[in-house]
Amino acid sequence: MRMDLIQPFINAADAVFAEALQGPTKIGDFSMEEEAYHRKGVAALIVIKGDIEGRIILDLAPDVALKVAAMLTGAEVVDSEQTVRETVCELANMVIGNSVTLLNDQGYRFKVFPPEIHINDQGLAGSRDTEAMVLGIETTCGNIFLNIAMHHLSRRRRERDAVPSVS
Amino acid sequence: MPSFATLLRKDTQPVRYLVVDDSVFARKNIIKMVQMFGGEIAGEAGDGLTAIAEYNRTKPDIVLMDITMPQMEGIEAVERIVRQHPDARIVMVSSVGYQENILAALQKGAKHFVQKPVKPEVLYEILRYVLGDEPALAGAPVALAEEQHS
Repeated sequence: MRMDLIQPFINAADAVFAEALQGPTKIGDFSMEEEAYHRKGVAALIVIKGDIEGRIILDLAPDVALKVAAMLTGAEVVDSEQTVRETVCELANMVIGNSVTLLNDQGYRFKVFPPEIHINDQGLAGSRDTEAMVLGIETTCGNIFLNIAMHHLSRRRRERDAVPSVS
Repeated sequence: MPSFATLLRKDTQPVRYLVVDDSVFARKNIIKMVQMFGGEIAGEAGDGLTAIAEYNRTKPDIVLMDITMPQMEGIEAVERIVRQHPDARIVMVSSVGYQENILAALQKGAKHFVQKPVKPEVLYEILRYVLGDEPALAGAPVALAEEQHS
C-alpha cells in the first residue's frame, strides 16, 4: 500500500468536506482491511485504471446524506432514496475530481470510471489486490467513511510475476 | 454566507446565466450563488447537447459549464457554442482541475475555470473578470493559456 497514492484522496476528501459542508473536519483513525467491505450506509464505488489502479469507496449513512444534500443546495430536501443516491454521487465526484487533479499534476495518467452506487445489503468484494485503508472523517453533517485501495500498475505486475508457478 | 454587490450587465440589466451540470445538486448550488450575485437564470442543462440547444434558445450572458457529463462533455459543447457564437462567455466549473483539462477548455474558447466545490467569493471574482468589470483579476488559468500560446 503506497501512502503517496492514498494521501491525495484523503487530502482532497478533507478539503472538499470542509468547503462543501462549511465547517471543520477531523480525520479519524486509520485501519487496514483485506476483507470484503461492508457498507455503513450508502456507498459510491469508483474504479481507477491506468498508471495507478484501484478503487475508492465513499460511504455515509442516509441521514448524513440528507444533511449533506440540504447543505449543498441551501434548502430543505425531499427524504428519498434518489436524493441520497444523488448526494453520495455528487460528493464522490467532487472528492475524486480533486484527487485526480493532484495525481494528474504529479504525472500519473489513468481513467476514472463513473461512481457505482451500492445501496443494498451486499458486501463489496475484496481480493488479493484490495488491501484497503479505511478511515472516517468527522464533518458537520456526521461521519463520512473512505475505503481506499490503490497500487502502481508496475508494482502489481512485479508481484504477479514473483508468484512461483506450479508445475 | 457573505453578501455581494450585484453584478450587472453594461446596460444595468441583471446578468442572465445558463447553468450546465449533470448533477441536480451542483446546478442548485451554482444557481443559489448567481442569484446571490443578483443574476437571473436563463436556463439549465444536464449535458452538452442540451446546453447547445439552450444557448441558442436563451442567448445567456454567461454559461457556467461542467466538464464531465453524459452524451456530450463540456469541452466539446464549448467548442461548438463558440464556433457558432464567438462572443460566448463560458466559465468551466469542474472538480477535475488538472492543467490539461483547463488548457483544453481555454483553447476551445472558455474564458475561465473554477474548481468544485465552488467558493462563492471565487466565482464572484471570476464572473466580474469575465464580464469585463475587473481586468486585473486574470487568474491562473488565463495566465497558463497565454504562456502556452506564446
